[in-house]
Amino acid sequence: MSMSGVGAPAPRSLSREPRLLSAGHERSDRIFRALSTTTGAVVLLVTGGIGVFLGLQSIPTLRHYGLSFFTTAAWQPELDHIGIAAVLVGTLEVALVAMVVSVPFALMLALFITEYAPKRLKSWLVSAVDLMAAVPSIIYGLWGFFLLQPQAIKLSRWLSQHFGWFPLFHVSTDPNAAVWQQSQYTSSAFIAGLAVSMMAIPLACAVMRAVFDQVPRGEREAAMALGGTRFGVARTVVFPFARGGIIGGSMLALGRALGETAAVLIIISPAYEIKIRILEAGTQTISALIAANFGNATASQLSALMTAGFVLFLITLVVNTVAASIIRRSRSGAGTDI
Amino acid sequence: MTTTTPRPTPTPRRVRQYTADDWWSLATSVVASLALVTLVYEHVLDLSGTLGFLVCWFATFLLLYAAVLSFANERHVVTDRVVAAALYAAAAVVVGALSSTVIYTFAKGWPALSHVNFYVQDMSGVSPTAPLSQGGILHAIIGTVIEVALATVIAIPLGIATAVYLSEVGGALSRVVRTVIEAMTALPEILAGLFVYVVLIVYVGLPKSGLAVSVAMAVTMVPIIARAGEVALRVVPSGLREASQALGATQWMTVRKVVLPSARSGLATATILAVARGVGETAIVLITSGASSFINWNPAQNPMNSLPLFIYTGYQTHENLAITRAFGAASVLLAMVLVLFVLTRWLSRERSGR
Repeated sequence: MSMSGVGAPAPRSLSREPRLLSAGHERSDRIFRALSTTTGAVVLLVTGGIGVFLGLQSIPTLRHYGLSFFTTAAWQPELDHIGIAAVLVGTLEVALVAMVVSVPFALMLALFITEYAPKRLKSWLVSAVDLMAAVPSIIYGLWGFFLLQPQAIKLSRWLSQHFGWFPLFHVSTDPNAAVWQQSQYTSSAFIAGLAVSMMAIPLACAVMRAVFDQVPRGEREAAMALGGTRFGVARTVVFPFARGGIIGGSMLALGRALGETAAVLIIISPAYEIKIRILEAGTQTISALIAANFGNATASQLSALMTAGFVLFLITLVVNTVAASIIRRSRSGAGTDI
Repeated sequence: MTTTTPRPTPTPRRVRQYTADDWWSLATSVVASLALVTLVYEHVLDLSGTLGFLVCWFATFLLLYAAVLSFANERHVVTDRVVAAALYAAAAVVVGALSSTVIYTFAKGWPALSHVNFYVQDMSGVSPTAPLSQGGILHAIIGTVIEVALATVIAIPLGIATAVYLSEVGGALSRVVRTVIEAMTALPEILAGLFVYVVLIVYVGLPKSGLAVSVAMAVTMVPIIARAGEVALRVVPSGLREASQALGATQWMTVRKVVLPSARSGLATATILAVARGVGETAIVLITSGASSFINWNPAQNPMNSLPLFIYTGYQTHENLAITRAFGAASVLLAMVLVLFVLTRWLSRERSGR
């Protein structure tokens, strides 16, 4: 360690006058601080610039179509007739299915890891969940299309047979037919949502587990000492403490599910109509719309795609910011690395 | 846990231990529910399918288990046992889904993976329907490696400098930077791809290339490195910083010689995390690069293929052989991710060991 930081040269230290202590920074420090601040600002500009850029790019589209951009379901650029009503509904449906599946599983898995699992199993499971988060989404897409779909359509059929009166589960074909029309049940928002939930589970589970681990030891042991069972401890101590983490983790997973592209693109077959029948073939999401249409888009179509992207950006931004603030408020310590 | 006898016993109750009674309750419930569902499932309920059978079996098992337990146990003990059984099943389902993904990918890709030419040839002049003994995915592997390496080279300095700024320098701006970066870690990758596509390819006029992919990838990697890196820097004990400054070091010296070396493994983990994310980034390569069939070493010119793009285009052909090749490429991609994953584990274990 060099002594370059000390202000005074050696001979002067022998004199009686007190050494000058200044709060200012050395030149090297000023350069260092300026450089790192600049980098921070550049990163801020580039990453934050995406939102501003998408917003600016969507002005011509919004001026051209007005509010009808949000109420039109069709996407027919050649007829100048486009809107995001259908894709918005499709995006929300896929995310809804993913949430309904992944939140209970993530919660149970997190509870199992922190409260129930034997020690050796615990570290294995933690690794498995982390690995699950690292598997590329296109592989979940292939898995969902080739392995899951042939099984899942049976569940789709069963749901439409018994709960077809419920609009969400209705399929416009006869589910009781002896030779049932399998193609009516494939490539649906439901199956895409199942594949997306594979990506949402590890995200939500990681946050929940981190918060469960921060439950004060004393409170946990107090509940145990009062004769509580493991589930009793979970119900009376862990859940109330971690409520924020459970909600925040689920919302973080929702943000991921809303923006998921590759798996959805592989599984769904595009359909531009407002369709609440989630079990039926055909739907579209914003991210899949962009991925499928950017290639042969003219300048004005590109602007329309960017408007759709801007809407997706705003939704995920709100969801993620709320999630982050809930998680942050729910505990005192440092953040988790997700 | 058992309270079969109401009178107090002098021996302390053994926690978390299953008695013979418990084991028999579990075993008989499993067998009885299996027998019941086998009888009823196809003949009375007229249902079919393995998945449905398992679900019905498990539901029946939970009911029977609860009933059997409630003969000898209090209500809260029954609840605890039933919840434990449900949690074991949930964990098994998730682990089963994950392992089925990995195993299925490798199994479907095996016909392609067992050919040596799959790793050492590209697809130039080979039609997608050509037998598996011709052509390979070397061009996609090289493309992925080049793109990810370039993206990492761009993202590491920016990400780590931002992490240093957030944790060591601070200031009024840092709160804004931290908020934006936190929001951007969850940015849908397709939007980063669209942003780079419009800025670099439509406005600047760059060709669709590996470079565009790398820039878009870096945009998604920087927030990950910065955020995880900040966490790694913040856990460096402040005593070390103070000791360094008390010895007369400047802040720059402190950061370079004390803070960064102490946080080395944490920063490496953050980087590998970002690299693992970048390797599998599909939406970006879909938008910003074309799928070439030949090896392209130059990221600035001509389309450059990559593993996710190869998988997607192979899937799109709906040809059996192309799909087998796609699964082969998916296995290679998965193997890459697994290696990176093991590396992260190993690095973080070293850190926690110290």
